Amino acid sequence: MKKYSYFPGCSLEKMALSYHQSTHETTRKLDIELVELDDWNCCGATAYFHVDELLAYTLCARNLAIAEKEKMDMVAPCSGCFKNHYFTKEHLIHDPDLADHINYALEADNLHFSGNINVRHLIEIFVKDVGLEAVKEKVTNPLEGLHVAPYYGCQILRPRKDHEDVEQPRFFEDLMSAIGATPVEYPEKTRCCGGALIITNRHAALSMVRNLLLSAINSGADVIATTCPMCQVNLECYQKQVNQEFGTDYMIPVLYFTQIIGLALGVTPNRLRIGSELVLPTPALSQVR
Amino acid sequence: MNGKPTFSEEVSNLLYASEGNPLKMCIQCGTCSATCPSAPFMDYTPRRLIGMINADMREQVLNSNAYWFCASCFHCSVRCPQEIDIAGLMYALKRYSMWKNLYKEDLIGPTFSETFVKTIINGGRSYEPILATSYLFSYGVQTFLMEAQNATSLMLKGRIPILPTRIKRLKNFRRVIGRIIPVGGAE
Repeated sequence: MKKYSYFPGCSLEKMALSYHQSTHETTRKLDIELVELDDWNCCGATAYFHVDELLAYTLCARNLAIAEKEKMDMVAPCSGCFKNHYFTKEHLIHDPDLADHINYALEADNLHFSGNINVRHLIEIFVKDVGLEAVKEKVTNPLEGLHVAPYYGCQILRPRKDHEDVEQPRFFEDLMSAIGATPVEYPEKTRCCGGALIITNRHAALSMVRNLLLSAINSGADVIATTCPMCQVNLECYQKQVNQEFGTDYMIPVLYFTQIIGLALGVTPNRLRIGSELVLPTPALSQVR
Repeated sequence: MNGKPTFSEEVSNLLYASEGNPLKMCIQCGTCSATCPSAPFMDYTPRRLIGMINADMREQVLNSNAYWFCASCFHCSVRCPQEIDIAGLMYALKRYSMWKNLYKEDLIGPTFSETFVKTIINGGRSYEPILATSYLFSYGVQTFLMEAQNATSLMLKGRIPILPTRIKRLKNFRRVIGRIIPVGGAE
């Protein structure tokens, strides 16, 4: 059994409880154990970096130090949390002065980070650690006939980490194929949902959301799959506002990729908290043959 | 160095992960502006903003709304042929304008960021209902009502927290923060 430190992040405590619960349901089916990080704190989201960069890295370093104590790699289901922790670790490894400064601060909580653990996004665990073949083997209800728009969003891809393909990634499509669903091709799959602009610059964000919804719907998607709570909220909970602003009538459900995988692995919709959405996915899911 | 640093040098110094002055490498190709999903809503496009920084147009740059309209999608940063971290630059401008209290009025971004940081320092975790107070009242009536309606629907679906969660070792957490920045009463 593979074991990881699990960093849920603030959104998964309530707004994205369905992501949290479906993560546990699906990983359990795939023989993965997620141990929630003890006393974790907020990663700083994007807002913290607006105010103080050093403090933002310190917040993430505290979580990394707790995970390192447990000697397990850290897994984050939220793309923002993943990106912040990933790059904090990179900076701390490559800049000893920064590491000294931050470790001096962490002493106040009896912690120290030496850079000995890795930071992973949840979807990587499915694609790389478990592997597509192994996922396929566990499928009991292949989602045949369901057209899924895999939505990558921004921060699992960008900034670039190594030399990976950030323009035309395929792993999300492959994962959806592995569970029997049909991934649709649409040009906006790596474009931004607007992020926190939904709060600070409503009109710009709604226009970005509209472009994404339009692109996914035009390519024949029944449902959009996301890997990030911010994307889920913007694409789903603000659809009504998009319709009002642009005179459209979009009604496409947006589910976490773990909810969709859960269905294919035979977890009941109830346990995946399907039904806690504002745009109900029930009609779309009845497409499954 | 002779005399006062140029604005371009000042801003470059705030780009943590970069070395030297990457802004000077800009060839004004416009890939960033063509990529940016927010560019149509900015008063100056990212390409133009970099040009203005390099031309030492400090006041006009700080008075622009452009950097507060950046959604941190990093699409420009991965495409820049000169490898300038443009999204990082937008963060740097946000910080600079907040330190100096020089940002454009009537923006929600700065207050929202400040409230966010205070919320984290208080409890260690984010809490939407408190954050909402930092921006709700700057909305027009219609947006305000839509937001209230949305919040009600989400609450009925059990997606809005009633009480904030706090981390256990909050006292230690604040002492950690106090070793980085001065926080009133933290240590």
